[in-house]
Amino acid sequence: MWDIMRDQGVLLLIGQYPNGPLGGLVATVLLAILGLALSFPCAILLALGRISPYRAFRSISSAIVQTMRGTPLLLVIFWSYFFLPLVIGHAVSGFTTMVGALVIYESSYLAEVLRSGIEALPKGQVEAARSLGLSYWRTNYLIILPQALFNTLPSLLGQFVSIIKETSLGYVISVNEFTFAAAQVNSVLLTKPVQVFSILAITYFLLCSSLTQTARWLEGRIARRRSGQVGRVVKVMPLPEPAP
Amino acid sequence: MGYHLDFASVLTGQHLSWLVRGIAVTAELSIASWLLAFGLAVILVLIRMSGLRPAEWFVGLYVEYHQNVPLLVQVLFWYFAVPELLPQKATIWINERDSELIFAIIALGLCFSAYMSEALRSGIRAIPKTQFEAGRVLGLSYLGTMRYIIVPQAVKISAPPLVNYSLLLFKNSSLAMAIGVHELTYQSRLIENDTFRTFEVFTVATVIYLSISFLIMWVGERFERRAPAH
Repeated sequence: MWDIMRDQGVLLLIGQYPNGPLGGLVATVLLAILGLALSFPCAILLALGRISPYRAFRSISSAIVQTMRGTPLLLVIFWSYFFLPLVIGHAVSGFTTMVGALVIYESSYLAEVLRSGIEALPKGQVEAARSLGLSYWRTNYLIILPQALFNTLPSLLGQFVSIIKETSLGYVISVNEFTFAAAQVNSVLLTKPVQVFSILAITYFLLCSSLTQTARWLEGRIARRRSGQVGRVVKVMPLPEPAP
Repeated sequence: MGYHLDFASVLTGQHLSWLVRGIAVTAELSIASWLLAFGLAVILVLIRMSGLRPAEWFVGLYVEYHQNVPLLVQVLFWYFAVPELLPQKATIWINERDSELIFAIIALGLCFSAYMSEALRSGIRAIPKTQFEAGRVLGLSYLGTMRYIIVPQAVKISAPPLVNYSLLLFKNSSLAMAIGVHELTYQSRLIENDTFRTFEVFTVATVIYLSISFLIMWVGERFERRAPAH
């Protein structure tokens, strides 16, 4: 196993960079960060839509969220693989396709996390802000979202772990990420699948479980902080059930 | 754009039979791995509740592994690496059958057994300890207390997350295409390659996945209405 790490470690870590496209573990992390960062604004809009006072917004956002909850990510990836070039008008790289698919898919899941965070806030927060004369957007921007985001921080980290795991699906459309790099190494070495896939699994495990532990620690810390505050009834957000 | 929708070429003759086969394999894969996952989950919970430290520790690691490694990597590991580790006789036995499908069922089943055991465990932990003590006082054995007192109550609390995981299991059965299982996503790619009717094929596949997913969600909502958690 150590030989493989020594000989193929660079390929597993960064792919053919700088002589070729960036790949490997670094590309996986980059994909996940971009996926989270770009789906975040969409998720906020979807979450606000889900609890909007207007029925039309509620229906549209619910339809989007439920559709994504019912579609396999792999199909979303194939949809964006074939139709992102049509929409944009020119060919796009596998990396971009994957980011697009992750944003489309993850926005809905993130929206549900944010929605539960917003709904856990006491109703008086909105009422107080509105009575002070703040508009709908300023209420959300200044009062609701800062609190909700803080409370959902552990859940967001948990969602980030999900996104890291989901980037592995890029393998199916040959995106240069970690799983794909390992499969390449495996097909070069031919006789060492156990070692190669063990390295792959162990690395993912170390990365994701350390983030999961951090999320649990954050959850405990925020819970303690919240319970120390007098006169505020804030339901502490538990971590959502983890998903593959 | 001058593009004519042509669902007929996707939904007739040979292509229809490919599609039907894909649905059948997806159903087989999902149901078999669900049964494996649920059965294992029950066993895992019993081990974790047993009070044996090393066994509990092992189950904890099992759950952490399956929750923190991408499912696709687990599937690939089973397909590429595990045959090397198995005794030759077992490998031959599996290869004589549908090896891709068998490994996909095992990978999905093991992975979701970890998630489902956590869902069951949180259900059991929500039940006051006195329920267990009362069961034992009434003369029921450990397993008897579990069977008649704890599990029926825990199932009510665990049902919503269990249904959610069933939905995720069904959706993730599509990952089996990566190792060449002829399930619905794989078959849609096949038809797409054959007809170049990309939009039509993926529309049909998405509609099929969505209708089954909505059915599972609907079942989940009924559970939640009948037995509100807490």
